[in-house]
Amino acid sequence: MGDIIVLVVSCILINNILLAQYLGNCPFLGTSKKMETAVGMSFAVVFVLVMAGIITWVVNTFVLVKFGLEFLRTIAFILVIASLVQFVEMFLKKSIPALYAGLGIFLPLITTNCAVMGVCLLNVNEEYTFSQSLISSFAYAIGFGLALILFAGIREKVLLARVPKPLQDTAIGLVAAGVLSMAFFAFKGMV
Amino acid sequence: MIESLLFMLILGGACGSILSLASKIFYVYEDPRIAQVEYFLAGANCGGCGFTGCSAAAVAVVDGKAKPTVCVISDMETAANVAEVMGMEVGAAEPLLSKNECSGGTRADDRYTYQGAPSCRAAEALLGGRKVCTIGCLGYGDCVKSCIFDAIHMGPDGFPVADEAKCVGCGACETACPKGIVHVRTMSERLLHFNQEDDALAPCQQTCPAEIDIPKYIAQVRDGDYAGAVNTIRERNPLLLSCGRVCPHPCEDYCRRGIEDEAVSINQLKRFAADYEMHSGERLPIPCAVPTGKKVAVVGGGPAGLSCAYFLRRLGHDVTILDAMPKLGGMIRYGIPEYRLPKEVLQWEIDGILNLGIDYRSNATLGADFTTASLREEGFDAVFLGVGAWNDYTLRAEGEDLNGCYTGIDFLTRFARHQQGDSDEDAIPIGKKCVVIGGGNTAIDCVRTLVRLGAEEVSLVYRRTRKEMPANDVEIEAADHEGVKFHFLAAPVRVIGDENDQVTHFEFQKCELGEPDASGRRRPVPIEGSETLMEIDMLVTAIGQGPDVSFIEKEDAIQNLQTTRWNTIDADPEILQSSVPYIFTAGDSYTGASLVVEAIGGGRRAARAIHMYLSEEELVPVPKSLQKKHIPESLFESVNGVVQKKRAEMPEMDVAERIQSFEEADLVLEESDALAEANRCLGCCRICYNKDKEAA
Ligand SMILES: Cc1cc2nc3c(=O)[nH]c(=O)nc-3n(C[C@H](O)[C@H](O)[C@H](O)COP(=O)(O)OP(=O)(O)OC[C@H]3O[C@@H](n4cnc5c(N)ncnc54)[C@H](O)[C@@H]3O)c2cc1C
Repeated sequence: MGDIIVLVVSCILINNILLAQYLGNCPFLGTSKKMETAVGMSFAVVFVLVMAGIITWVVNTFVLVKFGLEFLRTIAFILVIASLVQFVEMFLKKSIPALYAGLGIFLPLITTNCAVMGVCLLNVNEEYTFSQSLISSFAYAIGFGLALILFAGIREKVLLARVPKPLQDTAIGLVAAGVLSMAFFAFKGMV
Repeated sequence: MIESLLFMLILGGACGSILSLASKIFYVYEDPRIAQVEYFLAGANCGGCGFTGCSAAAVAVVDGKAKPTVCVISDMETAANVAEVMGMEVGAAEPLLSKNECSGGTRADDRYTYQGAPSCRAAEALLGGRKVCTIGCLGYGDCVKSCIFDAIHMGPDGFPVADEAKCVGCGACETACPKGIVHVRTMSERLLHFNQEDDALAPCQQTCPAEIDIPKYIAQVRDGDYAGAVNTIRERNPLLLSCGRVCPHPCEDYCRRGIEDEAVSINQLKRFAADYEMHSGERLPIPCAVPTGKKVAVVGGGPAGLSCAYFLRRLGHDVTILDAMPKLGGMIRYGIPEYRLPKEVLQWEIDGILNLGIDYRSNATLGADFTTASLREEGFDAVFLGVGAWNDYTLRAEGEDLNGCYTGIDFLTRFARHQQGDSDEDAIPIGKKCVVIGGGNTAIDCVRTLVRLGAEEVSLVYRRTRKEMPANDVEIEAADHEGVKFHFLAAPVRVIGDENDQVTHFEFQKCELGEPDASGRRRPVPIEGSETLMEIDMLVTAIGQGPDVSFIEKEDAIQNLQTTRWNTIDADPEILQSSVPYIFTAGDSYTGASLVVEAIGGGRRAARAIHMYLSEEELVPVPKSLQKKHIPESLFESVNGVVQKKRAEMPEMDVAERIQSFEEADLVLEESDALAEANRCLGCCRICYNKDKEAA
C-alpha cells in the first residue's frame, strides 16, 4: 500500500511529466490559453494514457520480450499507440457519442503526443508490473492535467498584466512554465 | 534483420486490419458532404475560425452552424467551392463583416485614468472600464491587435474602424472586445437585428418604430455619401420615398437638439436622400441572401406586406404578394392622396421592391378568390396577413346614410381609383358646402381633397380641440392655409335630408373638455341646449377605421384565428404569430389604424419570426428587446454645447397654386439646405454627442 502511495505521489508531483520531465510541451503551450480547452485536454489525456499504458504493457511483455525484440520497442509503441487512438475514436463515436462529443476533438491531437509515448517507455524501463503500470499511467495523466490546468489559470491572469512587447504571448508563457517548473522542484526531496 | 522486418510487417498488418475491421463495425453514418467540405478547407488546423480544427469546421458548415466563409485563411474561391458542396449558389455566400457600434470614442467622458496595461480587457476587469458609458469603446484597441488581416484600425476619434475590403469575417475582433461592441455579422444577421437594451442607440433611433439608424444616415448625408445614406435607411425601411413624404416623424420629438433648440428635421433628410436616388436615374443594388427554397404568401400589399415581403426576400425566401386591389401600396396608394405622395413616386418605390424577385397577384381577395388553405396547397410554408384597416366606423347617428353622405376611406379610395383609372365607376359628385367629421389623417386628407376638387366651402368638425387632433401637425396647418374652416368642440347629433333623401343640414352640439379618458386626452362633454344647424350638401365621416376580418368566417381552416374586440388579429407583440401557427401578422390589421413606419417595423419583425419559423427554429422574442421603450440614461433633461440654429424649413408650393391641382404640395430640400440641416445633427449615441463647434 505504502509503495502505491509513493508511486502515485512521485508520478503526480515529483516526476511530473510536464514540469519535471519536460515531455508533452506542445499541448502544454498550445492548449493552455483557455481554461475550458485545458480541462478538455486533461480528461482526454487521462483516458488515452491509461489505455496506452495497458496495451503497451501487454505488447511489451507478451510480444517484444518473448521474441527478444526489445530493440524495436519505440517504433512498435508508436504504431500501437497511434492505432489505439484511432480505434478508440471510432469506438467512442459509435458507442458513447456523449463522451465523443466532449473528448473527440482532442483525441487526434494526442496521437502524436510525446508525453504518452514517454510514460509508456518509462513504465517499461522501470520494469513495472501490470498493476504498477496501470497506476503510474493514471497518476502521470493526473499530473499532466494538474500542471496544464494550473498553467492555464496563470496564463489567463497574465493577459491582464503589462507584458513588454518582445515577451508577449508564447514567450511569457515559457517564462511562466519555467517558474512553475522550478516550483515543482521543491517536491524533489519528498521521497 | 529478417526477424525485425517480419515482426513490423505483422504488427503493421495487425493494426491495419483491426482498424479497417473497426471502421466497418463502428461505422457511423456521416454526411458525405463533411468530407467534401473538409477537402476544400485549408487543412492547417489553425483554429482561427473558432472551431477545433478543419474537420470540426466542416461539420459545423454541414450542420449549418457555420457559413461557407468559415475558413479565415482561405480566399473567396474556397468559400465558393464550399458553398457549391452545400448546394448554394457559387459566389453567393454571404460575407461576414466587422462593424463597430460605438461612435463615441474620445468624445465620451472618462471615469478615471487607467494606469495598467494598455488593454481593453485589463481595463474592463477594473470596474467595467474607464468610460462613463456602460457600452462605450475603451479605445485600447484589443480588436486592432487581434486582427491578423490588418483590417481594423483605431480611427482618429478614438474608436476602431473596420476596412470592409480587408475583413474576412474571422470574428477575432468580436472575441477580443470585452465590451461586446465590435460585431461580425452577415447581411442577414443585420437585417434580423432589433433594438436591444445594450445597443448603441441615439434617442431618435430608440423612438423610430422602424428602428432606422438615424445618426448614421444623417452623418452620411453630411459627408455627401447620399448612396450610403439610402443603403443605411434601406437596411430598416424599404419605403423611404413614401416615409420621407408622409411620416409624422415621432423620432423628432426625441431629438436631443430639440431640448435646447429646434429638433433636426430628420424626415426631410430622409426624403432628400430618397429623392436623390430616384432622380439619379439609377437604382442602388440591393443584395439578397442565397435562396432557401421556402415559399411565403404575403396577403395585403400595403406598407406592412411590402416590408415583410422585402425582408423575407432579402433573407432568401420566395415571396408572393396577393392583394385585393388592382395595384399594390394599400392605404398609401388608395388613402393618402396624390398631392402628398404622387403615384409615380410610389410606383417607382414598389417596382424597386418587386425587382428583387417578388411575385404578385392583384385583384385577389382572401376569402373570395383564395383561402389560406388553398395557399397551403399551393406549397406556401407560411402566410403573412397585412390586410390593413379598411372598415370605416360609422357615426351611429340618424340620417348618416342619406344621399351625399360618405365615409372617409370609402370616399378617398373611390376617388383614388377613379383618378388612377382603375375602376369604371363614375366620379363622386362633389358638393358646394362640404363637412368632414373627424380629426385624424383621413379627415384632413378628405378636406384637402375636397378643396382641390372645387368645393366652395369645406369645414372640418371635431369633438375636441386642435391640440388633441391625431392628424400630422403639418397637415393640419396646410389644411388651414388652404382655407378649410375648423369647428372644434362640436359633436355631431344628426343629419337632415330633404324629400329626395338628399342631405341638406347637419346638426351638432357644442362641447367642453372634461376629465381625461383612457387615451389620456380630455373627454368632450356636450353642452345641453347648444344644438346648432349647419347648411350642407355633402358630408364625409372620417372618425376612424378598423380591420375587415370577414375572411375568417369564409374558411373552416382558420375558424380558430383569434381576433381582439377591435377586430384586430391577435398575436404575440414580439413574435407576431397568430393563434394559427403558420399565420403571422403586422401593420394596421394587428395594431389598428396606425402609421406607415409602424407597419414597416412590424413587417420586419414578422419577417424575423417567419424566418425562424421556416428555419424550424424555436420562435423566441428578441432578447432584451426595447420596442420603442427608451433607455433611461439616454433621456437628458438639458444638453450643453448647443448653439441655436434655425431648422430647415420645408419648401412647399404656393397655396393659391396648389389648391388648383393634385400636384405634389411639399417639396424636397435643396442640397445646400440639406447639408446645413445634416450639420445640425449632434450625432448622439446613448450618452455622448458632438457639441456644436461654435460652442467651444
Ligand atoms: C387617409 C389616410 C391617411 C394617412 N396618412 C398617414 C400619414 O400621413 N402618415 C402615416 O405614417 N400614416 C398615415 N396613414 C396610415 C397608414 O396609411 C397605414 O398605417 C398603413 O398604410 C398601414 O399599412 P398596412 O400594410 O398595415 O395596411 P394597408 O396599407 O391598409 O394595406 C392593406 C392591404 O391589404 C389589402 N387587403 C385587405 N383585405 C384583403 C383581403 N381580404 N385579401 C387580399 N388583400 C386584402 C388591401 O387591398 C391593402 O392593399 C394614413 C391612413 C389613411 C387612411
